[in-house]
Amino acid sequence: MQTRRQKIKESYLLYSFKRDKVAMVSFTILAILLLAALFAPLLAPYNPYDTASIDIMDSEIPPSWTEEGDSRFFLGTDIQGRDLVSTMLYGLRISVMIGIGAVILQALIGIAVGLVSGYFGGRIDAVLMRIADVQLSFSTLMVAIIVSAIVQIAFGVGRYEQLAVPILIVIIGIAEWPQYARTVRASVLGEKNKEYVEAARVIGLDSRRIMFSHILPNTLSPVLVISTVQVANAVMSEAALSFLGLGMPVTKPSIGSLIDAGFEYIFSGAWWITFFPAVLLIVFILVINLLGDWLRDVLNPKLYKG
Amino acid sequence: MSLLEVNNLEVIFALRHGDLVALNDVSFTLDKRERLGVVGESGAGKSVTGFAVINLISKPGRISKGTILFDGKRLDRLSEREMRHIRGNRIAMIFQDPMMTLNPVLTIGTQMVETLRAHRKISKKDAAKIAIAKLELVHIPSPERRLAQYPHEFSGGMRQRIVIAIALLTDPAIIIADEPTTALDVTIQAEIMDLLLELCNTQDMGLMLITHDLGVVAEVTERVMVMYAGKVIEVAKTSDLVASPMHPYTKGLINALPGHGECDEENRLQQIPGSMPNLTEIAPGCSFHPRCEFCQDICTREVPELRSLAGMDERKVSCHFAGTEQMQ
Amino acid sequence: MSTPIVKIENLYKYFDISGGFLEKLQIRSGKISLHTTEVKAVNGVSLEVASGETLAVVGESGCGKSTLARTVMGLYPPTSGKVLYRGERIDTLSARQMLPYRQRMQMIFQDPYASLNPRKSVRSTLEEPLRFHRKKISSKEVDERLAEVMEQVGVNPAWRDRFPHEFSGGQRQRIAIARALVIDPEFIVADEPVSALDVSIQAQILNLMMDAQDERGLTYLFITHDLSVVRHVASRVAVMYLGTLCELSVTRELYETPRHPYTQALLSAIPRVDGKKQNHIKLPGEIPTPIDLPSGCVFHGRCIHADERCKRESPQLLKVSDSSGSLVACHGVAEGRL
Repeated sequence: MQTRRQKIKESYLLYSFKRDKVAMVSFTILAILLLAALFAPLLAPYNPYDTASIDIMDSEIPPSWTEEGDSRFFLGTDIQGRDLVSTMLYGLRISVMIGIGAVILQALIGIAVGLVSGYFGGRIDAVLMRIADVQLSFSTLMVAIIVSAIVQIAFGVGRYEQLAVPILIVIIGIAEWPQYARTVRASVLGEKNKEYVEAARVIGLDSRRIMFSHILPNTLSPVLVISTVQVANAVMSEAALSFLGLGMPVTKPSIGSLIDAGFEYIFSGAWWITFFPAVLLIVFILVINLLGDWLRDVLNPKLYKG
Repeated sequence: MSLLEVNNLEVIFALRHGDLVALNDVSFTLDKRERLGVVGESGAGKSVTGFAVINLISKPGRISKGTILFDGKRLDRLSEREMRHIRGNRIAMIFQDPMMTLNPVLTIGTQMVETLRAHRKISKKDAAKIAIAKLELVHIPSPERRLAQYPHEFSGGMRQRIVIAIALLTDPAIIIADEPTTALDVTIQAEIMDLLLELCNTQDMGLMLITHDLGVVAEVTERVMVMYAGKVIEVAKTSDLVASPMHPYTKGLINALPGHGECDEENRLQQIPGSMPNLTEIAPGCSFHPRCEFCQDICTREVPELRSLAGMDERKVSCHFAGTEQMQ
Repeated sequence: MSTPIVKIENLYKYFDISGGFLEKLQIRSGKISLHTTEVKAVNGVSLEVASGETLAVVGESGCGKSTLARTVMGLYPPTSGKVLYRGERIDTLSARQMLPYRQRMQMIFQDPYASLNPRKSVRSTLEEPLRFHRKKISSKEVDERLAEVMEQVGVNPAWRDRFPHEFSGGQRQRIAIARALVIDPEFIVADEPVSALDVSIQAQILNLMMDAQDERGLTYLFITHDLSVVRHVASRVAVMYLGTLCELSVTRELYETPRHPYTQALLSAIPRVDGKKQNHIKLPGEIPTPIDLPSGCVFHGRCIHADERCKRESPQLLKVSDSSGSLVACHGVAEGRL
């Protein structure tokens, strides 16, 4: 009765969800933001990538409710004359894409390493965990700066613009996998001495099958929890890189590069170009973290009581 | 009047599915220097009974009905501050896991002295003297030296002795021991049982021994109450209960003991079918009726009262047919 | 006795607990040396389990009985010594070579809350060993086999799609037994199978195990600390203390005339329901750590009968009398002092 079990699980998730106003509000905002990002091409009034539709004469128009505002551009325009609402929607799309892509990469590497490390222990464990430590001791930014500098030189700035998204995914993914590896390893260490694992060994199952079919499913709760936080972290890393001019190019801006692009003009009075993307970034990160906290509390087996 | 008198106690846990009745109409008494056993399987409500007596039911649970009289005082009415004068002072508690009581980062001496000074105004020196005396009582060799050691430096049996010594510090009138020997090996269990018996005899102290082990109860206690699904189903002198259990559940429990119960020719143990119901799904009428071989129509409808049997004043059973011919 | 189903020969199992390389480095009398700390869990145990019997191994926590069970099952490689299954040595086999034996020997664990994978339904838990060992089995056969086994252990086959958390402790233990029985083994190691269960459930599980033994001609190696359970189920009993065997005897014999001083103390400590006051034999001192074993007889420090010879020489497991076949490892008994 698969459905029955899911019902029970869902009902508990739903129950605590309904009782938690913060989780509900966060979830609603996140859902709206994600949908907006997904359907950006449909929702955005203008296409910021279409250079033909952009008029340089429209640049630096303040939000529509101010005196100099223009009713065509609700939140105003940026320095190149792009509608800020549209650019932010497309930017959010790129940020989310990089965030989720990076987290998938981190999770794949981290889970595999964590499982092997925790299950086999001994020398394999020692070597893998030292690699993870070394990886963690380089900051994401440092790795990113070096790699993107090399790539920009190797492929030229023009090619780099096309390759930016996958390169950022790889950079952030590789920089953060030890988080997953450590979490998974810790819960594998807890699980592998349980009797059901010994029972599987008594049946004669091989290590690979025990790891993936028996232990892995029991370590997924913490993985789910850190995944939410890691998406937020990845989006932040991307924003930080872009802010330093190492991330997405201005022609294809992410939230971070928008903030960066507008930052130069903040003292000349065009505050909105930086302000609105910054607010969007903060709200996005905040709701993900709040949801992550809620999820952690709900999935905590010590608190889980039917 | 008894030292401790519990009347019609009801404890409810408010869960999201609704209220869960953990204790239902529990009444019992404990006299001075008496040793009472509380027996039941997991989920019977025996530990909750112990916690309820010292008013330690934590949220979402609460005492919803009934009275607890100790030495003429209504414990269920006391404020938390007044209760602290009783708990750990007049009534002490021992748990299954000694590490629940012992703080791993403090020496035994510090813990004993602090406990004592929380209840009495005495100097550290005097407190230490009392601590040493109590450690001697529980037969810990060279107690002066032991005071400076940490809990992890002791073996499991020694730790349980220390916990008992801490409980004895304030010369309590009652000790509530919740499965004090369950985590221990048999030889050490035997030592702790002997120790508890000895202390009850020499220290003027009552004992409420909560356990699932009928053997332990039979060796240590004088009177016993059997619990099932949050209710008291049988009360008797221990020797009577073991020799001639009246409630079908008690009967089944004793017969199910390997090495004691009667076996059929194929050497099979007599077993009680099924398992203890979840407290959320207790059957109507007698809560034991789905597992009872003597179950009649009335058992499914009417809740049996805990009644005294004719000619046996110390004995109470909650079964419609206890003592009648149907049960033979 | 015909060929024993399982034979353990002079088995030793040590666990290295000294940790990494740096923790092993020690400076002693000016010299740097590598020092390993080992827990000596099993020290030279020899046992034979005859086909169709229930051999119980009893002892207190830390006596090495669970380690012995797991070494026999091949979960731990022995430090030295041999494990033979029907005359074939199995402790040196590779995982692949071991597979045929895995079908014939199974294990039941103590904690029914930990021994079933919480994320697997009863069906997939029971199917796994079957499909793994009988690659050609059809889905219909699997279904029939599951229904049959679940019926036998007393779990309604209609519940096969439920998950472990939907069952009570007793029912979970039934499912764990079903998992062991599903591939039709002939030898089962049961590691404290009823210790985590309530009394009324214990009786159900013990009866179930004995029924299964009758129906299938199973052989049990029954590990437990509970001497009353042993008395009920076992045909022979081996008593362990600090990784060594003290006494090996037919059950009735052991309970009526325990010979080893430790066995005597152990038996006297059982709480008795009949209310007769027992004189518990007090053992002085505490169980030594299995890291530094005492010299001579491992029990000498706690034995009131110990003399100089006990401190020096470790006793052999010797036959006491020709009639009983009891084996006792005690100088006192061998010399006729006790």
